[in-house]
Amino acid sequence: MKKGRFGDFGGQFVPELLMPPLWELERACETIFSSPAFQQELTGLLRDFAGRPTPLTRCDTLSQELGFSLWLKREDLVHTGAHKMNNTLGQALLAKHMGKRKLIAETGAGQHGVATAAAAAKLGMACTIYMGAVDVQRQASNVSRMKLFGAELVPVDSGTRTLKDAINEALRAWIVEQADTHYCFGTAAGPHPFPTLVRDLQTVIGRETREQAVRQFSRLPDAVLACVGGGSNAIGMFHPFASDPEAAKVRLIGIEAGGTGEPGCYNSAPLNLGSPGVLHGQFSMLLQTGDGQIEPSHSVSAGLDYPGVGPEHAWLHSTGRAEYHVVTDASALRAFEILSRREGIIPALESSHALAFVLDKPSAFAEGSHVVVNLSGRGDKDLDIASKHLSLLQGDAACTP
Amino acid sequence: MHPMSLQQRIEKAGNEGRIALIPFITAGFPEPESFVRIVRELDASGADIIEIGVPFSDPVADGPVVEEASRRALAAGVDLDWTLRQLADLQLEAGLVLMGYYNPFLQYGLERLAQDAAGAGVQGCIVPDLPLDEDGPLRTALVPHKLDLIALVGPNTDDERMRAYAAVASGYVYAVSVMGTTGVRRELPMEAAQTVRRARAVFSLPVALGFGIHRPEQILAMSTPPHAVVFGSALLRHLAAGGTAGEFMEPWTKRAF
Ligand SMILES: Cc1ncc(COP(=O)(O)O)c(C=O)c1O
Repeated sequence: MKKGRFGDFGGQFVPELLMPPLWELERACETIFSSPAFQQELTGLLRDFAGRPTPLTRCDTLSQELGFSLWLKREDLVHTGAHKMNNTLGQALLAKHMGKRKLIAETGAGQHGVATAAAAAKLGMACTIYMGAVDVQRQASNVSRMKLFGAELVPVDSGTRTLKDAINEALRAWIVEQADTHYCFGTAAGPHPFPTLVRDLQTVIGRETREQAVRQFSRLPDAVLACVGGGSNAIGMFHPFASDPEAAKVRLIGIEAGGTGEPGCYNSAPLNLGSPGVLHGQFSMLLQTGDGQIEPSHSVSAGLDYPGVGPEHAWLHSTGRAEYHVVTDASALRAFEILSRREGIIPALESSHALAFVLDKPSAFAEGSHVVVNLSGRGDKDLDIASKHLSLLQGDAACTP
Repeated sequence: MHPMSLQQRIEKAGNEGRIALIPFITAGFPEPESFVRIVRELDASGADIIEIGVPFSDPVADGPVVEEASRRALAAGVDLDWTLRQLADLQLEAGLVLMGYYNPFLQYGLERLAQDAAGAGVQGCIVPDLPLDEDGPLRTALVPHKLDLIALVGPNTDDERMRAYAAVASGYVYAVSVMGTTGVRRELPMEAAQTVRRARAVFSLPVALGFGIHRPEQILAMSTPPHAVVFGSALLRHLAAGGTAGEFMEPWTKRAF
């Protein structure tokens, strides 16, 4: 395959002024990142700062009802509450070794912004976060966390004033500041080498899952599931299975956000409902109009609210190695409630999409099988949104079943 | 009679002792109804080449002025079809170049774009998010229709990379003056002059300087001036404030460089 390509997908569709920093990053990936010393330092940080490895937890109550074993990979327990930290610690450490003094990043829900700001604080780097003005309003508590970590927050007022516009603004800032600044991209998308770099940093999820599966139930899982926004937690889970012929029987199931679900509604499901095109430096699947304008996306989970998707997923979709389905806001909210009630874990609304597929379609899995859902984050951040939708959380009704 | 090529147009200005003038205007700006009149006015007031911006929802290489113009145009329903139809019957003195992001071109179809653009009198394309490594398909589509794909280089484009562009480039070279996006700047940085000097040394094509240009004094100070200048945001701002294209062009045409 051509460098930076996954089949036809991927590439480097950026202004010429961004090519030199991308080359610099590519070289750093080949030299610094792949060195044993760097990997050792990163493993130490992931263990001592981020709290890895994360457990693989069996959902005993739900498994009994479903007739197969449902397991959760507990990325919700990573420091700051989501898998995002696997990526930001790695990129921050790499940037520091490259001699950069500052990190910039985009954020939608604020999870990646928080994880970047925390990594910057830990490693003594300056940090600026670009966030759509609409999202700044929607995600007030994450804004406070970023500020507390010492990050400068720049509200972005252009376009739809959400994640895609924050990415545009961060790319513009990187053009100006590239000499001393690293762009800590938040998902396995964007121009090469980000899709590969972010994937490599997130594969710790899938590698741990494999080892834990063998240890805890003596074989590989029958299926692994993950929600797909830009695709980083999903590719981190999938890649160790997708790249190994011995794991060819493991089903890889990505779940996209279907929004409210009526035909023609805004959604965040470019693999299922979009078409190929170029946005944010990559050729991949996109939500777009017939004449190539990017369409606004929608999901109840801000972290999935993005009109594009990483190129490796577009490729796994086209080859059929992974399957991708759509889950609506309502289903995800139901799963959010069920997991909290039955298993004592509040899942992020993003991760709730992956969980909802299993709960809504148990017939998709054979009796006695082992199914792993990547619980990409914890749901505390989503309580405000959930309380608008879940009757359980409304008013002061007694908390009986 | 064949029209002059883009390269010839800039060279002709040089032969007349002028720096060629390349105004940029977003399609459908300031209003779809007045757009054609303003293009004609730019043509009549001394433009050698006119760059027409094709609006895009996510213009990463642009500053706030061009982005806002793009947003307004999209809201007014402007698209590539409409733009090419407006340009088709203009019969301008100036050459025409389409400047747009890759995705709208890709969705239109690269072959179809080349054919329809050539049919509308367009002589070249500038695609700010399509670096050399990715431009093969578009270049292949444009060549049979004799359309130039304009190379963009900047302060951080080293000589080796410029030579790689020079091997395939035609028309003119667009030198980006600053490490940044489009938009008006009071002063041009020192690096602008260096970029122009290096580009002039590497390319056998004329060099146009753009990004941040708004008044002739910015260019007069340069010991090795560009062969052409591009102004976008400054013109859009002038028009948005109710000024005319003719007024904007006057200080540039009156001036001997
Ligand atoms: C908890 C959680 N899961 C998933 C995502 C989606 O991102 P990705 O698809 O890159 O994993 C996000 C993004 O903010 C998130 O916060």
